[in-house]
Amino acid sequence: MARSTKPHRHASASKTDADAPRARSFWSGTITFGLVSIPVDLYAASRAGRPGLRLLGPSGMPVERRYACSTEGVEVPFEHLVRGYEVARDEHVVVSDEELEALAPEMSRDIDLTRFVPVAEIDPMLFERAYFLAPSGATAKAYRLLADVMERQERAGIATFVMRGKQYLVAILAEGGILRAETLRFADEVRTAEDVGLPEPAKVSAAEVKKLERTIAAHAEKALDPDELEDPWTEKLVALAEKKRKQGKDVIEVPAEARGEEMAEVIDLMAVLKQSLASGGARREGAGRGAGPRRAAAKRAPAARSRRGAGARKATGSRRA
Amino acid sequence: MAARAMWKGIVTVGRQKLPVKLYAAIVDKKVHFHLLHDKDEARVEQRLVDGESGEAVESSELRKGYEISPGHFVVLEGAELAALEPEPSRDIEVTRFVPGGAIHHQWFDRAYWLGPDGDVKGYFALVAALANSGREGVARWVMRKRPYVGALRVEGDHLALIALRHVEEVVLPSDLSAPAARDVNAKERALAEQLVDALADHFDPTEYEDTYRKRVEELVAAKAKGKRPRLVRPKAKRATESLERALQASLAKTSKNGTSKNGTSKNETSKKAHAQAKERKAS
Repeated sequence: MARSTKPHRHASASKTDADAPRARSFWSGTITFGLVSIPVDLYAASRAGRPGLRLLGPSGMPVERRYACSTEGVEVPFEHLVRGYEVARDEHVVVSDEELEALAPEMSRDIDLTRFVPVAEIDPMLFERAYFLAPSGATAKAYRLLADVMERQERAGIATFVMRGKQYLVAILAEGGILRAETLRFADEVRTAEDVGLPEPAKVSAAEVKKLERTIAAHAEKALDPDELEDPWTEKLVALAEKKRKQGKDVIEVPAEARGEEMAEVIDLMAVLKQSLASGGARREGAGRGAGPRRAAAKRAPAARSRRGAGARKATGSRRA
Repeated sequence: MAARAMWKGIVTVGRQKLPVKLYAAIVDKKVHFHLLHDKDEARVEQRLVDGESGEAVESSELRKGYEISPGHFVVLEGAELAALEPEPSRDIEVTRFVPGGAIHHQWFDRAYWLGPDGDVKGYFALVAALANSGREGVARWVMRKRPYVGALRVEGDHLALIALRHVEEVVLPSDLSAPAARDVNAKERALAEQLVDALADHFDPTEYEDTYRKRVEELVAAKAKGKRPRLVRPKAKRATESLERALQASLAKTSKNGTSKNGTSKNETSKKAHAQAKERKAS
């Protein structure tokens, strides 16, 4: 799970999930607040880490994934794939993209921000995936205005919208003049402590709490060091592969022109994002690059408070004290 | 009914040890579709074919390779890969504690609840100490042969562990440049501030539901009975032409819809109403 960066865990659930390159715009639509409309493109904010292991076929070439019909056994090209909803075992009702979009036409096109909430009130347990929003209209003015105001007020816009046959609860956050959408899990997708059956708080020994507090203080740091988030498994993998290459062991060379399609799709996400953020609004305004990355770390939101259940509110008080 | 623990571990903070049970906090309820072949509406299967010959590859013929540089693969055997796996361990080692909020949202991946495994008093002592410190722990553990880094946090009255993404997986806003825009004038800024203010509220996730899921289920049921749905085409909106006018009109609309009384703004009124509703709910 931590290593997986697939857009969705169920890659087979929709054809676009499985086949779209990661750095292409996921969704295009409009952010609205009040009567202001801001056309945007959505890009995933996560990328595959260092390329992982590839499956190689007998020729040494990476294998390609194809779809085959389960009854006929023949290969089914992409344009002959449709989406089906399983109503009974092996019994499906086919639904088209147009039908899904027509179920909620506004929700499929607009992220309507009807509510702005303190960023700190959003429980991190709810966060699912992040997407950057790039302005796609002729001007980035309204985009920047909304981003600046939200950032200054430390508020996030909340909305639900539909993307590829699924409804998402989303928080639009602003940081460094950039808007991003964090999809949040719906409340019924998150089990509460009560659902799980965790015990009611018990009396604790004050001495034990003090002792733990001292231990916590002794291990306190100001910030999270990104080095902590290195993936040790990938590092070891790369080291082993380097060693074998130097020894000339088990190295396969694949001619560039013969490389599979999947490889062509390894796009530099950062380059795509930079380009789309820079081009939004640049057409009419002719302004150069942005103001450069502004570090927002200093004014990052305080601890997100849990708002789940009455117990959460009680605990908040003691934590602030 | 109490859920089943998916894993058992021992939280270690300094020399203190606390046995815990780990529970999944997330249940996936999204709509899922299957990919079908349009001709006979049968499910399709994924098949692996050799990149050169295009022939189907049996799983016994597959090898794993790491692309060390473009076009160069180093083949890694099963035994070599097994040697890379971390040592199995029960420890959830909390290496440091950072201020609450210091972990950027984008690092958060999947959440788990931690429950006590025997030592209930010790568990709630850690809850209290962590809550009092206002900090969250950075923890490392190995679960099902994979190494994890996570945030150990107090959620309500209990401990939660949220797995964090790896450093290469996340693009942060600080890595990017904001889109350039002409200077916004003071009037527009003031109007936008007012509008966001007028729409300010508290966040309560229970107020939102996946209504679309229900509509998909209804559509499917109707189609299963042979009904043809009517298609409504969504209209793409155009970007706002005059920002100032749109902001002004939005504000006018917002205050008209609001319950403005006795000179209090809609914002204050709704906040008050919200607070009252909360109190009612709580009592």
